[in-house]
Amino acid sequence: MTTTTMSRPATTSRVAADRRNWGSTALAVFFLAVMLFPVYWMVNASLQPNGTTLETSWLPLKPDFTGYATAISEQGGNLGTSLVISLGSVALSLAIAAPAAYALSYFKVRGAGVVLFAILISQMIPGIVVANALYTAYNDLGLLNSIPGLILADSAHGIPFAILIIRAFMNGMPASVIEAARVDGAGHVRAFWSIVLPLSRNSLITAGLFTFLFAWSDFLFALTLTTTEAVRPVTLGIFQYIGAYVNDWSSVMATAVLASIPAIILLVAAQKYIAAGTTGGAVK
Amino acid sequence: MALTTDLSRATPKGKTGAGKAGKGNAIPAARRGIRQRRERLFQWLFLVPAVVYMALFFGYPVVKNVVMSFQDYTTATFFTGEAPWVGLANYATVLSSSLFSTSLLNTALFTVGSIAGQFVIGLALAIFFQRKFPLNGILRSLLLLPWLLPLIVSSAVWRWILDKDSGTLNRFLGDLGVVDTGVPWLTSTSLALIAVVGVNIWIGIPFNLTILYGGLQEIPDELYEAGSLDGATGWKAFRHITWPMLRPVVSVVLVLGVVYTLKVLDIILGLTNGGPANSTQTIATQSYALSFAEFKFGEGAALGNVLVVISLVFAVLYLRASRRAVDE
Repeated sequence: MTTTTMSRPATTSRVAADRRNWGSTALAVFFLAVMLFPVYWMVNASLQPNGTTLETSWLPLKPDFTGYATAISEQGGNLGTSLVISLGSVALSLAIAAPAAYALSYFKVRGAGVVLFAILISQMIPGIVVANALYTAYNDLGLLNSIPGLILADSAHGIPFAILIIRAFMNGMPASVIEAARVDGAGHVRAFWSIVLPLSRNSLITAGLFTFLFAWSDFLFALTLTTTEAVRPVTLGIFQYIGAYVNDWSSVMATAVLASIPAIILLVAAQKYIAAGTTGGAVK
Repeated sequence: MALTTDLSRATPKGKTGAGKAGKGNAIPAARRGIRQRRERLFQWLFLVPAVVYMALFFGYPVVKNVVMSFQDYTTATFFTGEAPWVGLANYATVLSSSLFSTSLLNTALFTVGSIAGQFVIGLALAIFFQRKFPLNGILRSLLLLPWLLPLIVSSAVWRWILDKDSGTLNRFLGDLGVVDTGVPWLTSTSLALIAVVGVNIWIGIPFNLTILYGGLQEIPDELYEAGSLDGATGWKAFRHITWPMLRPVVSVVLVLGVVYTLKVLDIILGLTNGGPANSTQTIATQSYALSFAEFKFGEGAALGNVLVVISLVFAVLYLRASRRAVDE
């Protein structure tokens, strides 16, 4: 469709088309403004002075950072916990998913179909069912209220997705490159480590970004697999905030803003990877 | 299982596979067999960690949940280690409870309402973004933000927007003169479910938009050009070209939507915690409450299994529908 607009001969009609297109842009900006209003409102509210919820102004003309001071002093540790858990989950998920994706895409081992089917079925299992059984197992193993326990559980959000994304990418990788390395005497591990992984960089980044976001956003396992305040991800911190009657919304919203930072960074800095993840993961 | 794999399947997809070395006549058959076996064992090692993980974190919970649903599994079990076998008693208790019909109805309303809203608005936006205009790509990707935010963050923000006394929505409606007094969006038994569905629609629009946009992009322009020659434009083009071509993507979006919506927990717990008076209690939240608030793990497991069965029914319907589509 770009080509038809470009090849349109008359200058006047092109100007008219452009003007109409800017109209569409304006409409799109309007849709975006409606959809993102809650996000704006979160930022606006986080910058209001404490306590005056009744008269929140539409614009943060006099930004007040006491909400953030409270949020960091009360939830700073929880943000750190979330960060450690999310990074751990990314490492674990990629370490498990990348070799599996390679085996499923390149070797075509028998049972590959069964594994793929199991991955798809796993997406239908409600988290509460997993949490229910894990709670009893974690209780026996002493994994409740532990960071390794949450890293392992949170990876359940990321590993199936990461396998699908990386496998879809590796399916498009030329097999001849790997075979050349194998003929040159590289073992399976070396061919995988020094040829396949560097070539799959983009899919690894995409899978890593989403795995981070899944673990960072996890609420269910944080809620069910912790019973004390020893290990508390920020999602649970926010839930505790809004669980009681709230009279200090600016600190709640400041915590919410801080908890949204990874999503916002990923959206702005990693546009193309996000697009690859949303389309690739869901349909393939 | 790995050892019986025939070579043709184990060979990499390139024509000059790794099995090439084994074809040399100089190597005795026995040694060749060992080598192939070792090769296949090596290939399986790449898959083993993932299989073990999936077995422990998906397979085990499903099996354990089935076992627990037949046991009287309570807090006492953690001290005594005993969970007496009770047969179908947990299922009988859970299914005959008056709360079950409420949760089932709420689950149905929540799922149907959410999916309908997300799909219609997502499709409308996807069609809109088919237009070529400046900044299309960047605006479309910014629309993804509600989907990327942690669900509990979205719940917190909406809790405040929908607050009866100081919420923005009531202030806005008040300024417009639509309402006089604060509407109790989340605290009225008749409105809470509607509000929760509304928030879930907001969260799901970006996903529907992205997948449907991708599907629309796949439809070749020539079809529309040919159609316009036959007078198919506007609604007619949508009805006779877009919709039939988009149907496979639509079914994927709807089935994934149903499966994901059935198990939603974060949003409801964050917004209403199932209240007021169970008016937003779904099967998922009720299963959570049984296990982790009342510590009746056996009953929680039984209700969780009911949810799994409902999801499976949808998956089977989907598989049958897609197979029929292939057959036609």
